[in-house]
Amino acid sequence: MAKMNVEEQAKTKTRMSGSMMLIEALKAEQVEVIFGYPGGAVLPLYDELYKAGVFHVLTRHEQGAIHAAEGYARISGKPGVVIATSGPGATNIVTGLTDAMMDSLPLVVFTGQVATSVIGSDAFQEADVVGITMPITKHNYQVRDISELPKIIKEAFHIATTGRPGPVLIDIPKDITTAEGEFDYDEEVCLPGYQPTTQPNHWQIRRLVEAVSQSKRPVILAGAGVLHADAANELRQYAEQQNIPVVHTLLGLGGFPADHPLFLGMAGMHGTYTANMALYECDLLINIGARFDDRVTGNLKYFAPKATVAHIDIDPAEIGKNVPTKIPIVSDAKAALQELIAQQGKPADNAAWLEQLNEWKRRFPLHYEPEAGTIKPQKLVEMIYELTNGEAIVTTDVGQHQMWAAQYYKFNRPHRWVTSGGLGTMGFGLPAAIGAQLADRSATVVSIVGDGGFQMTLQELSVIQELGLPIKIVIVNNQALGMVRQWQELFYEKRYSHSLIPNQPDFVKLAEAYGIPGLRAKTEAEAAEVLKQAFAMDGPVLLDFHVRADENVYPMVAPGKGLHEMVGVKACEELSR
Amino acid sequence: MTVNNRPGVLNRITGLFTKRHYNIESITVGHTEIDGVSRMTFVVNVDDERTAEQIIKQLNKQIDVLKVNDITDQAIVARELALVKVAAAPAIRQEIYTLIEPFRASIVDVSKDSLVIQVTGEPEKVEALIELLRPYGIKEVARTGTTAFTRGAQKAAANQKTAFII
Repeated sequence: MAKMNVEEQAKTKTRMSGSMMLIEALKAEQVEVIFGYPGGAVLPLYDELYKAGVFHVLTRHEQGAIHAAEGYARISGKPGVVIATSGPGATNIVTGLTDAMMDSLPLVVFTGQVATSVIGSDAFQEADVVGITMPITKHNYQVRDISELPKIIKEAFHIATTGRPGPVLIDIPKDITTAEGEFDYDEEVCLPGYQPTTQPNHWQIRRLVEAVSQSKRPVILAGAGVLHADAANELRQYAEQQNIPVVHTLLGLGGFPADHPLFLGMAGMHGTYTANMALYECDLLINIGARFDDRVTGNLKYFAPKATVAHIDIDPAEIGKNVPTKIPIVSDAKAALQELIAQQGKPADNAAWLEQLNEWKRRFPLHYEPEAGTIKPQKLVEMIYELTNGEAIVTTDVGQHQMWAAQYYKFNRPHRWVTSGGLGTMGFGLPAAIGAQLADRSATVVSIVGDGGFQMTLQELSVIQELGLPIKIVIVNNQALGMVRQWQELFYEKRYSHSLIPNQPDFVKLAEAYGIPGLRAKTEAEAAEVLKQAFAMDGPVLLDFHVRADENVYPMVAPGKGLHEMVGVKACEELSR
Repeated sequence: MTVNNRPGVLNRITGLFTKRHYNIESITVGHTEIDGVSRMTFVVNVDDERTAEQIIKQLNKQIDVLKVNDITDQAIVARELALVKVAAAPAIRQEIYTLIEPFRASIVDVSKDSLVIQVTGEPEKVEALIELLRPYGIKEVARTGTTAFTRGAQKAAANQKTAFII
């Protein structure tokens, strides 16, 4: 009899509701923070959250929750966890899911769903979330039976964080969250259709070593794959061992130290002259963890025309997708770099090439015309860089300010740069800063945003104030949708169709309404002063910088042009300073 | 291609084709000998090898996709079934019987003024029969699309085609 009781007890111990299972699974996955927003379909789940005392950040819009989770994932390397309710809650995270999918960020997203019995009846707050999110998630599930729930959650974390990371969504009907079942989280994940290759093919590595030894003008194009694989040290070691210069994609910044003599800058549409010319003139292009995005390559017809292309990527579908590739290496970037370093191949005979690159670097640096009576946005970023010793976490929206931040904030460390690359999502920067700060509490976090994008997610100021996150919010205020305005100036004969916003609200008062101090500057001297004040403060602060409104981002590869056809490049002898 | 037989898996695959801008010529789906595993056969028209390679890679990324084979250039058994409703007054029925006989097609329905003919075979054969029947007045055609296997023994690669069967 007594024995029976023990067994029965053990059995009742593992029997629990779907909501409790979810909490237990999150504990097992060591989730530190959940970003979310409650609603009807997730009430049972939020009831369990309440009882369990899990750290949950209530953002003021579901889009804020998912961007915060992205910022958290980008800095911590761990999956960001999001909860949203059914219908509008779920559709509000669609942009964030797509953003995470494009930029390979690991997320596990739970959405509520109407009860199984009414699915398909156009019930209140019902939306076909699995259907909607199918093309914008790495994988998604709808739980149909309580018995599947633990397995699905475990698979979701596995899929989100392994191989090429990405968002995974689990849609949970309300009746599943209250149904009871056995909780077993120990079973191994078994997915025959998902077996990512993480170790490089030895023969292809040998081919690359051989190609390097034969080359005269090699260059490495390093993307965010290096950061996902935590391979910044290996990248540096390999580049130094083989004496190969490095250019970064936008998302790769920080993977290689910006002050390193072998660093040529960011490549692409607003990259440096040297980085783009290196890609144009090279005879061997080693792509490590970048996906040859069109903003990096420019017109593919003129991309790396003289080069043998080697491509290291964890996602085989990226190899050969846009650029024909001679040496394909499907692998985790770290594993491939370790293997390459171990080979100790003969370095390239590239002294003349390095000399040429250094000459370009010296003659054609990034430049802007200083003007003390106003604030030059480039100067603003430089000032922030100096005040933070290049150590800050920088998050941005999308547009001109993003490009200036990428150009003028010199990242010497990995995992300091949080920006929306592939999808180009305005409104990303502010909520992403919340997640970034929660991932690294001791870091200085600067959120550089535009006056346009800021207003897409500004309600998250509430969260920053509530949690007392010491984020420095920098609004690069040009009273315009700057990048749209720039394109209209250059390609639409200055017809500024709906890109000028002369009557922006008073952002300082707005910050104060949210209980956050606000400061404003209109000249370079004022800017220096308010920045000093802001970085001396302990808590959050919003800074409204009225910058030169007609400033453009240069240099630039116009759409349809090749990387060698940059405009806005000036030799240093032509510059006024 | 073999896939896990899970809800929405067909939607996943066809959605992928739409997203990546590939046109599906035909698609067939059915159970396999393994419980929980389905076979899908696609015929896709592509311009070059690179696109075909890209389709296969993208399909392979799907978690529910178990195995993808491009069997375009392999020795295969490919079959399609078509039902063709032809206008056929009693006077010309005999003529139609004679016509379809070499195709080993059969009449599966007869009514006052029409016949339904069932034909099975490689798509070219189905096509040929439909063309022959056209002058009689085709009222309706329903085709299943191609399903295919590789043959047990592979001969040297057949000639290149532009349609890819996956």
